[in-house]
Amino acid sequence: MYFKRFAMAGTMALMSTTAYAGCGLTSGSVRILSNDFPAVHAVAEGAEACAGDGVTVSKNQTAEHKDIQVAALTSNPAQYTTAVVANSSIVPLLSDGLIRPLDDLVAKHGQSLNKNQLVTIDGKVMAIAFMANAQHLFYRSDILEKAGVDVPTTYEDVIAASKAIRAAGIMEYPFALNTKSGWNLAEEFVNMYMGTGAPIFKAGTAEPSVNNEHGVATLNMLKELVAYSNPDYLTYDSNATQALWESGELAIATMWGSRGGAMLDDEGSSAEVVSATMLSGAPTWGGGSVPASTLWWDGFTIAQNISDEDAEATFVAMMNGISTDMVKANNDKAVWLINGYVPGKAAEGIAQTANAGAVPYPMTPFMGAMHTALGAEISDFLQGKESAEQALMDVEAAYTTAAKEQGFLK
Amino acid sequence: MPHKTFLWFILPSLAAMVLFIALPIFSVFVQSLYVEHDQVLITTENCGPFGCKQETTVDVEATQILKDQAPLGKFNGFQTYSNRSHLAFAELTQAWSTATNARDFFGQILNLPFYKALAFTLTYTFVVTPFVIVIGLGIALGVNALPAKIKGPTIFVSLLPMIVTPLIGSLILFWMIDAQGILGATLQRLFNDNALSLKASPSLTWVMLFVYGVWHSAPFSFIVFYAGLQSVPSETLEAAMIDGASRWQRVRYVVIPYLTPLVTFITLMQLMDNFRVFEPIVGFSASANATSLSWIIFNDLRGQDSQLFGSAAATSMLTILGVAILLTPVLIRTWREFNSKTV
Repeated sequence: MYFKRFAMAGTMALMSTTAYAGCGLTSGSVRILSNDFPAVHAVAEGAEACAGDGVTVSKNQTAEHKDIQVAALTSNPAQYTTAVVANSSIVPLLSDGLIRPLDDLVAKHGQSLNKNQLVTIDGKVMAIAFMANAQHLFYRSDILEKAGVDVPTTYEDVIAASKAIRAAGIMEYPFALNTKSGWNLAEEFVNMYMGTGAPIFKAGTAEPSVNNEHGVATLNMLKELVAYSNPDYLTYDSNATQALWESGELAIATMWGSRGGAMLDDEGSSAEVVSATMLSGAPTWGGGSVPASTLWWDGFTIAQNISDEDAEATFVAMMNGISTDMVKANNDKAVWLINGYVPGKAAEGIAQTANAGAVPYPMTPFMGAMHTALGAEISDFLQGKESAEQALMDVEAAYTTAAKEQGFLK
Repeated sequence: MPHKTFLWFILPSLAAMVLFIALPIFSVFVQSLYVEHDQVLITTENCGPFGCKQETTVDVEATQILKDQAPLGKFNGFQTYSNRSHLAFAELTQAWSTATNARDFFGQILNLPFYKALAFTLTYTFVVTPFVIVIGLGIALGVNALPAKIKGPTIFVSLLPMIVTPLIGSLILFWMIDAQGILGATLQRLFNDNALSLKASPSLTWVMLFVYGVWHSAPFSFIVFYAGLQSVPSETLEAAMIDGASRWQRVRYVVIPYLTPLVTFITLMQLMDNFRVFEPIVGFSASANATSLSWIIFNDLRGQDSQLFGSAAATSMLTILGVAILLTPVLIRTWREFNSKTV
């Protein structure tokens, strides 16, 4: 579906942008706030190529970006002219009106953009997406073969395969997901819950709706899965699972697609592990057809509280940052949504997940409160301290308290 | 000193205290009485790389009007203090009326975030503080008895746990106790149990955090006691030796009475510090098994895309209240001693 475009893009003849000082600009200040991973480093470097001739480009790339973005963009003039966001972190900027509509700038400078790069809210372009991400399955073909199991396509298969690997004495804990208590664990719940097709909130309201049979089934599935994870699973974030994978401790794992490039390169692991590492789409479960995953995009926004001149300079510089040349030089660092991208092995998992109809992570303003409540409350159930119903009741109570304070619920 | 001179004398520090301590606390208190305005929600069609979808969004303009009218937010009084994330009065009442026995009642209470955190915070404070004092005194006595040549290096090494930044120290230990780490793997071999994990079991996590707390704070009490030991009069010690007192008796009847004021000092500092335990919980990724009041504040401010300022402020005020209650007995004791000396 959406990803056919990527495949075609590689074969198409494309306009190529050349980086020259100023990028055709004569003045303006570009100040970038973004997360800190290789793909956005590449984008920021592309934008920095526009520095010179009266144009200044500065950047702050930090994993703490979402904690400072609201304060930094509230000041007038804003501390940063662009915030690089994902579909969850754009929400507070939208809710506070801190980013500006980009329709004019897109019309003037955005001819090279694909239509699916435009993130529109109520018809207005609010962000330009440049890469996609999703959690999906990673597996070791050699170990599955040794255990005599097929590639899992459902989480029931994953459990069966893990059981077979354990029974064959190959690994005691063959499976892992990012289950670190807090944000990561909540993300796994959301992904799994999406596989049921049920909504997280009652339609049209901010009322929670996870304390139901779908929620209970989701929790039970997670509990069955972590039985095949190392007992330390509540401390596993992406860095931990990637390290476990690269050291050959895992046979099957659900991890972020954006880690694929790093896991398939020749650093940090042995040739035996890398050559057998395979990526496939997120599994379905419970007889459902929707992959148990959420789709994420990363994109850039332009601050509201800056001069139009700086906004234009920032847009042009960021467009240079997400140019086809940049993609050609950094093809395997991400699943780019940009023309010129040639999907490689690292992109297969995300592409399959998206093509199988996974849903995007909700951009609703109260989803953050739900995510936090899930992250804090469901570990009690996984550890056997309370029932699934009790855990979900706690989630809804914690969410309701937070949502009331944020003004979403009365 | 005449009162007027005294006033001028302390004015600078008084001003600094008002500016940097009293005013911020007052502002946090004011913040804790407010919550965000009711958000005006609308349904819009949002499109992105993965297609279009009807979603709920905030009507920025309508909400902005509300915000401009009252920039502090919506006045909520003490309701943030009484909600489920804090003192949870409604849930307590319900637990009281539905609980079948005391165990069930406490089970329900400890399921509430604030009380869960309070339980760990208090246990941590009351386990770590005495250990820190006893072990610190032990190290100080030991080091004091060393020959002068190796004293310097020993003191330096003993201080290392305090010199290392708490977060870094806990991360180092976190990796060492990993199932693949040197301590974790050794423990698994010793007990011949592959499922033994210091990170997974709630009670072992607590023990690990206590051990870390003692490891980190013992140098502080060591260095204070060590300084105190230098002031113990050698005449009294020599007199005790002539009277035939053993080393233990000298410590018990001469050294410890001299160091009692320092014990009060260290107790005060440790009660305050340990009640605000935070870094090890983050460093050890222990939030599934142990949360503290400071961790709740952190989670309100950094756990999600937008911050819960009112909630964090309320927990902060409750933490200050908790510290005040904890310190009261020690302060009363010090006050009495002070008075008895001046008379």
